[in-house]
Amino acid sequence: MTFLRFITLALLLVATPLHAGQIRVAAAADLRFAMDEIVSLFSKSRPADRIEVSYGSSGKFYAQIRNGAPFDLFFSADSELPEKLVQEGLAIPEVEPYALGRIVLWRPDSDARPLTLTDLPRPENRRIAIANPKHAPYGMRAVEALKAARVWDAVESRLVYGENIAQTAQFVQTGNADIGIIALSLALAPGFAGAGSYTLIPADLHQPLRQGFVILKRVEGKALSRDFAAFFGTADVRQIMSRYGFSVPDTPAAR
Amino acid sequence: MPNADLAAVWLTLKLASVVTLLLLLIGTPIAWWLARTRSRLKGVVGALVALPLVLPPTVIGFYLLIAMGPNGPVGQLTQALGIGLLPFTFPGLVIASVFYSLPFVVQPIHNAFEAVGERPLEVAATLRASPWDAFWSVAVPLARPGFISGAILGFAHTVGEFGVVLMIGGNIPNQTQVVSVQIYDHVEALEYTQAHWLSGGMLLFSFVVLLALYTFNPTRRKPA
Repeated sequence: MTFLRFITLALLLVATPLHAGQIRVAAAADLRFAMDEIVSLFSKSRPADRIEVSYGSSGKFYAQIRNGAPFDLFFSADSELPEKLVQEGLAIPEVEPYALGRIVLWRPDSDARPLTLTDLPRPENRRIAIANPKHAPYGMRAVEALKAARVWDAVESRLVYGENIAQTAQFVQTGNADIGIIALSLALAPGFAGAGSYTLIPADLHQPLRQGFVILKRVEGKALSRDFAAFFGTADVRQIMSRYGFSVPDTPAAR
Repeated sequence: MPNADLAAVWLTLKLASVVTLLLLLIGTPIAWWLARTRSRLKGVVGALVALPLVLPPTVIGFYLLIAMGPNGPVGQLTQALGIGLLPFTFPGLVIASVFYSLPFVVQPIHNAFEAVGERPLEVAATLRASPWDAFWSVAVPLARPGFISGAILGFAHTVGEFGVVLMIGGNIPNQTQVVSVQIYDHVEALEYTQAHWLSGGMLLFSFVVLLALYTFNPTRRKPA
């Protein structure tokens, strides 16, 4: 009898309320702060539902989703990886564009005068952090910009690679790298804004960071996934995204 | 095998060798002290040495990143000495690995010293051996299996390091891009062929190391 009672109690503890939904979101690391705000706003109107967000490099999530990672939505830092998931039959078409990201030069000195990419080869920039171009779209765009600005050969030996764009920003924020190429959304986030200064990298130096999301197929049409996806089109979310420096579709820049 | 992978293998072997040598130098006096002392601090020091066994590597990585950064005590010291900052450098990885692998070297040597006991050293003393002489010609040879185990385990554990390197390494070819991180990158980039080569190599290496440990260093030894 005690055993039964124990089991019942244990079940009660692990069970979530019956009507509550729960989804898991894989989000590119540049969304770390914006997505947190968006999720908490969403949760205000849906207190019973739970949205769990994991942050990392888009390439990592793509590899994990292909190997059966239990995510319901995938917010990538590009459009190619979600598109590939659609083609592989793992995601529901279409890829929904939700933001256009920007990269910036950032350093932990709030009074510094603006820098451009051509200043990077200067000797005081001993360590320059970028995201790993092998699997982080923000890293790929950083490499393109460095090459377009013709400083790649001069700085390649000084690059340190963050596992994702948030770790890259953290390398610079802790001062372990002198300067970094990070997402504008992180430079504007609390903890970074005020702790350093950024300069926008001209958008014509790299492929656009056209970011898209997809609903993944493994969830047989969870209503909550669709609701959360639809929520991304609301004015509230657009306002949060703009505050983090993203251009959102419908504004001319993003399309 | 691509050059980047070969470089990662070479770097890993270099890192593990340097760390093992350093740990034998640092770990031996600690192990000796732990084996001989009656100090009340013995428990504290023993616990400190064993900490990396239970701490998540991220804790070690986090503290080292802060301590070795420009505002941390270690970072300010290295900058004052003109060495610069240690994160993202090979010496930085060496220091991190010394912390990370310390118990794997100290504990086998400590156990071996304890197994030697007081008696052989007392006998050496009656034969007018100085403590220094007794340590080198009596304690160390008798504790040889402990040194071998410690060296092998320290080397292997450093080769297997991942979390700390990911946090303070910065993934720089020839500096901090060791095999474990390289495998992670290959998997993220869906380069499964290269990941297989390196992972298979690690599997074989680890098995051979453990085989060597159990074959050449049997627990029951013939009396000399």
